[in-house]
Amino acid sequence: MDEVKVNQGPVQYIKVQLDKELYGVDIDIIDNIVRPQNVTRVPNVPEYIKGVINIRGEIVPIMSIRLKMDLPEDEITKNTRFIIIKTEQYGKIGMIVDCVKEVITLESSDIEPINHSSKDAGVQYVTAVGKTGDTLVSLLDINAVLLDKNAKEE
Amino acid sequence: MDVSQYLDIFIDETKEHLQNLNTQILELEQEPENMDTVNEIFRAAHSLKGMAGTMGYKRMQTLTHDMENVFSEVRNGAIKVNSEIIDTIFQCLDALEEYLDTIQSTADEGTNDNESIIKALNGFLEASKGGAPAAPAPAPAAKAEEKAPAEEAAAPADSGKDKWKDLKFADEQNHVMTEAKKQGKRIVGITVYVQESCILKAARAFLVYKSLEELGEIIVSNPPVQDIEDEKFDYDFSMVIITDSDVDKIIAAAKNVSEIADVTGGEVTLSEAAIQAMEDKAADKAAAVKSVEKQQGGVSAAAENAAKPAEKKKPVVNKTVRVDIEKLDDLMNLVSELIIAKNSLVSAATSKTSDKSNNVNEHIEYLENVTTNLHESVMKVRMVPIESVVNKFPRMIRDLQKKLDKKMELYMSGEETELDRTVVDEIGDPLMHLLRNSADHGIESDVNLRLQRGKPEAGSIFLDAYQDGNNVVIEVKDDGNGIDVEAVKNKAIERGTITEEQAAVMSDKEIINLLFLPSFSTAKQVSDISGRGVGLDVVKSKIESLSGEVEVRSTLGVGSTWTIRLPLTLAIIQSLMVTIGGEKYAIPLGNIQTIENIGVDEVKTVQQKEVINLRGTIIPIVRLGEVLGCQSAKEPEEDLLVVIVKKGDKMAGLVIDELTGQQEIVIKSLGKYITKSKLISGATILGNGEVALIVDPNALI
Repeated sequence: MDEVKVNQGPVQYIKVQLDKELYGVDIDIIDNIVRPQNVTRVPNVPEYIKGVINIRGEIVPIMSIRLKMDLPEDEITKNTRFIIIKTEQYGKIGMIVDCVKEVITLESSDIEPINHSSKDAGVQYVTAVGKTGDTLVSLLDINAVLLDKNAKEE
Repeated sequence: MDVSQYLDIFIDETKEHLQNLNTQILELEQEPENMDTVNEIFRAAHSLKGMAGTMGYKRMQTLTHDMENVFSEVRNGAIKVNSEIIDTIFQCLDALEEYLDTIQSTADEGTNDNESIIKALNGFLEASKGGAPAAPAPAPAAKAEEKAPAEEAAAPADSGKDKWKDLKFADEQNHVMTEAKKQGKRIVGITVYVQESCILKAARAFLVYKSLEELGEIIVSNPPVQDIEDEKFDYDFSMVIITDSDVDKIIAAAKNVSEIADVTGGEVTLSEAAIQAMEDKAADKAAAVKSVEKQQGGVSAAAENAAKPAEKKKPVVNKTVRVDIEKLDDLMNLVSELIIAKNSLVSAATSKTSDKSNNVNEHIEYLENVTTNLHESVMKVRMVPIESVVNKFPRMIRDLQKKLDKKMELYMSGEETELDRTVVDEIGDPLMHLLRNSADHGIESDVNLRLQRGKPEAGSIFLDAYQDGNNVVIEVKDDGNGIDVEAVKNKAIERGTITEEQAAVMSDKEIINLLFLPSFSTAKQVSDISGRGVGLDVVKSKIESLSGEVEVRSTLGVGSTWTIRLPLTLAIIQSLMVTIGGEKYAIPLGNIQTIENIGVDEVKTVQQKEVINLRGTIIPIVRLGEVLGCQSAKEPEEDLLVVIVKKGDKMAGLVIDELTGQQEIVIKSLGKYITKSKLISGATILGNGEVALIVDPNALI
C-alpha cells in the first residue's frame, strides 16, 4: 500500500517504540493517537485482539502488535499509547505501542528495502528500514500486521 | 439544464403519483361514473407527464401523455370506463413503474417503448372519435422513439435562411411523415428567427411551439425541444410539422408571437429512398411488436428486460426519508436546548458557591430530559407510515382475483402505523407472500363450500397493523379454509421431514410450524402465485433478520391468522445489564422471560448437560462465564442467578453473577475486523464511556 510512496520522495512517519526496537508508521493512515483506556475484552477472538474501546461513539478494536510479533505482552505504563489507524478494508483499528517518540521525515534515499529471507518474528511485518540520524527505524507494513495473522488463524 | 440533482425528488414524487393513480383507478373501477376520481386521475397523470418531460424521459412522457388523453376523453364523457380500459391503464401503470425502476437503478429510462400499451390507449381514443383519422395516433408514438437528440443536432447548419431543409430525420419520423402524406396531410418545415435583443428566448420559442401545436403535430425540431426549453440555442430553431393547414398559415402563426424576427418555411418533400426504407423498417417493427405481444401482453416480457440490467447496476439514487418540517423544527429546538444545558452545566461546574453539587445535579437532570427527547425526535424522523408499502396490496388482490377467479375483498386498517424506514422497506415482500398465500391457499376455490360453511360468497382478507408497546404488530387474516394439520403432517412424513413416531407426539402448533421450513408447500398444484414452497421460509427468515417474529394461528374451515411482530426500531433497545466475572454485558430485554434464583442442588445433569426444572419445564442452562471465557466471581456453592431467555418455543437459562439493572442501549457494530464472535451481536457504550458487549441469546439456545 505505501510501497509506492516509499519510492516517491519524502514520507512522514510516526516513530514508535515496541520492546527495544523503533518502528515507523506511515502518518497518512493514522487517524488518532490516544492514551490507554479500559479495553473491553471480546470473547472467542485471537489472542492479539485485546478487545474494543470507545472512540467518540465508535467501537474500535484494539490489537497488540507485541503479541502479534511474539514479543512479551504489553505493560501499560504512562508512556503507552493506542495508535488508531484507519484502513479501507476494516475501518478503524487501534494498536498498542510502548511509546510514541516523534514524527520523522524520510527521503527515499534514507529508505532501504529489507531482505525478506530472515525468519525472525516481526521481520515479516516490516517493509523497509529507514535511517534518521544515526538510528535505524523499521517501517511497519500495516497491511501485513493486520492480514497475515488472520490467514494463519484460519 | 442539469436535472440530475432533481432525480431524487422526481423518483419520490413519481412513486407517489403512481400510488395515487393505482388507488384512484381501483376506486374508479368500483364507481365508473365518479367524476371526482376521474379528475383526480387526470391531474395525477398530468403532473406525471410534466415531470417526466422536465426530466427528459421521453418514453415515460409519451406513455403518460396518451394515458392523459384517454382520461381527458373520459372526463368529456366521450369514453365510458369499462374493465378493458381499466386493465390497460393498470398495464400502463406497471410499465411506468418499470421505467421508474430502471431510472432508479441507472438514471436512464431504458429503451422499452411499450408500444402495445400505447396502441391500446390510442385504440380507445380512436374508438371514441368514431374512426377519426389515425394520424394523431402514430405521431406521439414516433415522438417517443425519437433517437438521441444528437442525431438531429448533428445536421449541418449552414444553407442560408431555410435551415429546416437541413433537418435529418430518423427512420420513425420518416415513417410518420410517409403515413401522413398518404392521408393527404401537409408536412411543413419552418425556421424561426428570434430577435437578437430578445431576453427570454426560451419563452418566445415556447409560445411559437404552443401556437404551432394548435395547428398540427411537431415531429422534428432542431435543436430538440428540451434544449430549446433550456435556452440551449442561438437565435433560430427549425422544426417539421404535420398539419392540415398550409405553409403561409403556419408562418403567420409563428410570426404572431412577439420578438420573432423572421420565419421561413416550405413543404418538405420526402425522398423516395427514404420512403422505401421506411416501409421495410415498418414491417420489421410490426413483426417485433407482434413477438412482444405474444409474450403475455408485452408487459411481463418488458419486465424481464428491465430487470436484467437493473440487477447488475448499483442504484444511483440514495434512500431518502421525507421529513415533516415540524419534526425538524422540534429537533432544532432540542439541539438548542442541549446547548443551553451544556452551558449551564459548565457555569455550574465553575461557580464557586457552596451548593455546587446540588446545582450540578439539577442540570444533569435537565440534560437527561433533553437527550431523551432528542432521541425520541430523531427516532421519529426515521419513522415512516407503512402506508407506502401496503397501498399496493389492494391492486395486487384485484389482480389475483382475476387470475384465480375467486371473489375476495381486502380490508386494511392501521396503514398510518409507523415503523423505522429500514424496516418498512423490507417488510413489503413478506407481507406480499402472506397475502398471496391467503388468496391462493386460504380462500376456498369452491364457492359452494364457502356457502355450506355459512360464509359469504366473497372471501375476506384482512391486513391490520397496530402498535403494541415497543412492537408493531401486523396481522394478515383470512376467512378461508385454514391450515389442514393432517395434510401438513402427511406431507411432512412423505417428504421425510419428520418420522411417523415424531408426528404422533407433535402438537398441532408444531406441525403448522413445519410450514416455515424451506421447500415445504402443501399446495397440490404449483401456481405462479404461490405454492412453490419458497414463500413461508423466506417470510420467516426475512422477519427474523429484522429481529421480529412471525406466528400463525389457524382453525380448519374457519380461517388463519398470521401475526408479524416487529420491534419499533433496530438501533436502540431495552436491555438488561449484567455482570459476569467483573465484565459487563447487555442482554436484550426482548428475549428475556424471567429471572430466577436457583439453588445449586436444583441443577440436574441430563446427557452431560446441566438443566433445571422450572415449574415443570426442563430448561437447559448455560454458564455464561464459561462460554464467554471469563471466570465467574461467585463461589460454587452460592445460589445461581439465572436469566431465562426464549427463542420461539425454546428456552434456555443463562447463568450470570449479578444484575446491574435495566437500560436503554444504543447498538453499535463491532466493526469488520472482529467477525468470528457469534455470541456477541454488537456492543454499546456505557455512561462512563466504556464499552459493554451485547450477548445474543439466540446463539446460545
